[in-house]
Amino acid sequence: MKQEILTVKSNIALASDVYKMTLGECEKPIPGQFVEIAVDGFTLRRPFCVYDYDGKNMTVLYKVLGEGTKAMSKMQSGQKADVLTGLGNGFDIEKSSKPLLIGGGLGAAPLLYLAKCFREKGIEPVLFLGAKTASELCFLSDFKDFKVYTSTDDGSEGFKGTIVDGLKNLSLDFDRFYACGSVNMLKSLPSFSDRGYISMEARMACGFGACMGCSIHTASGTKRVCKDGPIFDVKEVIFD
Amino acid sequence: MTDLKVSLLGHTLKNPIIPASGTFGFGYEFAEWYDINCLGSISLKGTTLSERYGNPLPRVAECSSGMLNAIGLQNKGVDKVISEEIEKLKAVYSDKVIANVGGHSEEEYISVCEKFDGCDKVFAIELNISCPNVKGGGMAFGVDPTVASNLVAKIKKRVKKPIMVKLSPNVTSISEMAKAVEGAGADAISLINTLVGMRIDIATAKPILATGSGGYSGKGVFPVALKMIYDVKKAVSIPVVGMGGVSSAKDAVEMMMAGATAVMVGTQNLINPYACKEIIETLPAVLNKIKTEKISDIIGRAQ
Ligand SMILES: Cc1cc2nc3c(=O)[nH]c(=O)nc-3n(C[C@H](O)[C@H](O)[C@H](O)COP(=O)(O)OP(=O)(O)OC[C@H]3O[C@@H](n4cnc5c(N)ncnc54)[C@H](O)[C@@H]3O)c2cc1C
Ligand SMILES: Cc1cc2nc3c(=O)[nH]c(=O)nc-3n(C[C@H](O)[C@H](O)[C@H](O)COP(=O)(O)O)c2cc1C
Ligand code: FES
Repeated sequence: MKQEILTVKSNIALASDVYKMTLGECEKPIPGQFVEIAVDGFTLRRPFCVYDYDGKNMTVLYKVLGEGTKAMSKMQSGQKADVLTGLGNGFDIEKSSKPLLIGGGLGAAPLLYLAKCFREKGIEPVLFLGAKTASELCFLSDFKDFKVYTSTDDGSEGFKGTIVDGLKNLSLDFDRFYACGSVNMLKSLPSFSDRGYISMEARMACGFGACMGCSIHTASGTKRVCKDGPIFDVKEVIFD
Repeated sequence: MTDLKVSLLGHTLKNPIIPASGTFGFGYEFAEWYDINCLGSISLKGTTLSERYGNPLPRVAECSSGMLNAIGLQNKGVDKVISEEIEKLKAVYSDKVIANVGGHSEEEYISVCEKFDGCDKVFAIELNISCPNVKGGGMAFGVDPTVASNLVAKIKKRVKKPIMVKLSPNVTSISEMAKAVEGAGADAISLINTLVGMRIDIATAKPILATGSGGYSGKGVFPVALKMIYDVKKAVSIPVVGMGGVSSAKDAVEMMMAGATAVMVGTQNLINPYACKEIIETLPAVLNKIKTEKISDIIGRAQ
């Protein structure tokens, strides 16, 4: 965990409501960790996964949802940003030699850097990225160097149907999955496999374990998504 | 050399800055950010008799100039707080701390206070009778002067350590509450806890917090807190510990001038983990500007 004043290197739109912001220079994160960006005029920091890291700069992939992310989308290159970095536990890449990475919509965000970290170790991951419709996969070209399967609910890209149906349809060879996406998508994963890790989300105040704002129930008791997570064994999480 | 020392309930604090309950965990979490030995003291997370998960999520929401919380006193229960959390804190903080006690019944408050009474690391017990987030308890004890003074009187009979009663701003007259608990034997008063508030998600037309409402804290409450501290200081002769929206050394000085012997910093820790450290480091410069060498000289200066 560290507070860093970073410089916005670029902030570009991939679609009308999806942006990529590169910030630097910062320390090397663990894949699956997140950062909290202070946005001028807003009390609480906004949490985002690390989408990419090039050795110097970090990128976040974000959707414009409310007022805070709207203000972020207007930030200009050269502007300074107050960021808490290195938050959360991150994915454990030692746990797998045949990883399957599963992203639902913007849940693909932590998977690009994770895929790169696996490749760095000499392991080729397989990815499965699903969404409601093709336009929600506006970031797909960033993954072009990897083996990627896709699905959409409306069939506009890849398999037509849910992520779990798409996965069942493929019978891929993997030893662990690493997933991120909506709660509903994560909840449906155990019907596909219980050998894997999921990245959880919660509304946060601090993001570093102090306020108990983000606590969830798990098989081993109450855990804070921001500090004990956001990555949990899928078998541990008790969904409400 | 500026002298930042203040005396509170027979204990000398090296400076008057104390992180507020619920915004600093059990302290050791912040040792990852900085050496927390610079802090005057620490008010620990609200503790109950048994373990509590708290309220369903979402339990935090943002507001302009602050936030709402409805944590609902998540904690491991007093026995584990003493045997696990305070043990971890001892490794990173050498001074004594303030235990913060919540409850649902008089019996629960008394039992938890008695357990902390036997804990060396604790020099005072802050009685949270003002939590808006616990059904059937918490604030119910803090909005009726008779109920509050009965509770305080019973605890005072059983507990040796000084009792600091934390008051709710959600009352008609906070001075009346202060006088009532002083009459019952309270050794100090702290204020303010959070103001009851609500936010609505316009897409679903439902409150954002799962419990509907929560407690409002942060910069926005500062002037409200300041006035209440000013009024309470006038009404009682026991020490007053101030909090509510403090985010700078200047705020802390203002609060002490209103009558606070020490100042707690809450929500600002969640936004800037270095908040307390930065406030402590900036205090001498603020005091220099008003040509004051001893911070204890400014307590109640605005009265
Ligand atoms: C660990 C973590 C990682 C995340 N990673 C990404 C990512 O990589 N890309 C991405 O687009 N989004 C991500 N999110 C969600 C993102 O934080 C929210 O979309 C964003 O905070 C919304 O801010 P806003 O001001 O636009 O929305 P508003 O609704 O105006 O925000 C009001 C408050 O609610 C909080 N909030 C609102 N929606 C969410 C939500 N879905 N999750 C958490 N907090 C929320 C905000 O942080 C803020 O405190 C992540 C969330 C978490 C917890
Ligand atoms: C997330 C959160 C949790 C809190 N938990 C407690 C608690 O357990 N016990 C208590 O007495 N006050 C609790 N409070 C209230 C604070 O200690 C403080 O009285 C209030 O937030 C006003 O100060 P501030 O504006 O500086 O935050 C909590 C506040 C917040 C924001
Ligand atoms: S957001 Fe504060 S503990 Fe997780």
